[in-house]
Amino acid sequence: MEILRIDKVSLTLEGRQILKDLSLVVKEGSIHSILGINAAGKSSLAYLIMGCADYVPEKGKIFFAGNDITQLPLSKRAKIGITLAWQEPARFEGLTVKDYIMVGMKEKKEALIEEALHQVLLEPKDYLNRVVDRTLSGGERKRIELAAVYAMKPRLAILDEPDSGIDILALDDIIKLIKNLKKHGTTVLLITHREEVSEISDITSLMCSGLIVKEGETKDIVKYFKEKCVPCPTKIFPSQQNGEFRGGIIN
Amino acid sequence: MREDYEAMLKAYSEAGGTPDIFKNSNIAHLIIHKNKVIGKNLIKGLTIVPEETAWGIEINLKVEKGIKIENPVHLCFGVLTKEGIQEIKIKAKIEDNGGVKLLAHCIFPDAVKIVHKMDAEIEIGNDAYYEYKEVHYHGKIGGVEVIPQAKIKVGKNSHLLTNFSLLQGRVGVFDLNYETEILDNSSLNITTKIYGYGNDKIKIKEVGHLKGRNSRGLLKSRIVVKDEAESEIINELIATAPEARGHVDCVEIIQGNARAKAIPIVNVANEFAKVTHEAAIGRLDKKEIETLMSRGLDEEEAIDLIISKMLQ
Repeated sequence: MEILRIDKVSLTLEGRQILKDLSLVVKEGSIHSILGINAAGKSSLAYLIMGCADYVPEKGKIFFAGNDITQLPLSKRAKIGITLAWQEPARFEGLTVKDYIMVGMKEKKEALIEEALHQVLLEPKDYLNRVVDRTLSGGERKRIELAAVYAMKPRLAILDEPDSGIDILALDDIIKLIKNLKKHGTTVLLITHREEVSEISDITSLMCSGLIVKEGETKDIVKYFKEKCVPCPTKIFPSQQNGEFRGGIIN
Repeated sequence: MREDYEAMLKAYSEAGGTPDIFKNSNIAHLIIHKNKVIGKNLIKGLTIVPEETAWGIEINLKVEKGIKIENPVHLCFGVLTKEGIQEIKIKAKIEDNGGVKLLAHCIFPDAVKIVHKMDAEIEIGNDAYYEYKEVHYHGKIGGVEVIPQAKIKVGKNSHLLTNFSLLQGRVGVFDLNYETEILDNSSLNITTKIYGYGNDKIKIKEVGHLKGRNSRGLLKSRIVVKDEAESEIINELIATAPEARGHVDCVEIIQGNARAKAIPIVNVANEFAKVTHEAAIGRLDKKEIETLMSRGLDEEEAIDLIISKMLQ
């Protein structure tokens, strides 16, 4: 059964087309990766699904659990079970880790907050009363973001580059957390530019220049990504920019 | 008198205070309604001499040499009528090796036209400390004019900490002016948090002069204004001694038609001193709001949470 369907969605920001007739189906209970190089439009897709203010599609529809949510505001999408772990999480003056994690929890149980912190290898007694501000390192903040999503128990968790800013040794723990999300019934839409992260997915969609260009079993897509995708030539070779050279995929 | 006392305690409780502390003989306190002392308890090493004047009270406060007052001293100032003037003059002296923490509640729950002036001269000796937390509780009408002024001198190896908050009820008109001087190895930490709305007017001028070698200063302001409220914050740190270090940190959030002005002044006259500043005025960060909304809060709930935690 599908939990998310994106039907021919286009998005333009500041005159630049970011998503072009993009379609995507995510099955309930799966880990579904969106794999692509930088600037492919992955984060924009995440913001569009979440319903962030500037990310309103000019055409196309978004369905969640069979209901059209294209016009549904951000907080209402969260209330029906969608959430986003932000790639660069915000910082808040005065808001403690405990407060922050608790915001999205339906049942405000301290035991669940502690469990969530343990999932990201942070010791609750050291972190619960710390403030989610610039006194936390980027890696700590990122772990707390993932803990907050875990504690919220959403139906769909969009994880935008969950491994970025986290040391390589912790990658296994992040992967374990993602698997645990699935185990607890959360569907995971995993946005990443690293094939080794997407390898835990049940299915992977390859994204490039605002399009899903290929989709299938993760091992096949990862193989294709390794062999065929290069860093975006529009960034590396600006002189080669032209209308036909669509970033990232070797034709 | 008894009725005023009971009414003050009730208002104090509504402002977030715990009236039971006034029954504890180990905790010093002073309760003043308009120009009358209606409650007082002193402890060893602390002298408080209040004298009634036509429009208020003059207070001489002294902490004796070598005495560090263990529990915070509670001061409660209020005017429970709709109109009135209350002028508080404080002369405080913390002798060498002495220390005190003061917790002041200023309560004007039904103010329509009240002027509350506070004029303080504070002298902190060497190896001493003075911590002053002031919490205001105003009513919903905004008919209060609050004018706190203080001149504070801090000796060597000492510290001064003030924490002013006006978060409950309307501000009315607020005009704060603090001047401080800090000597060798001493520190200054002034924090002011105010939430203004309606047509409230907030003006703050804080000046810290780091005169002593290795002195430290922090001036921190957190102001939120909405509706038609206005704020102007002048934070000035002057450093004239070697190894003096200071920082000015001012954040003002505006909503609606409010107006905010921040003027951080750093004034350094010694090549081995350093003062930094940061000031930000604007609406709340969109990403902070959207992050909380992505956890299920409505926009208004997200804004309220961010503001309340910032001002806490």
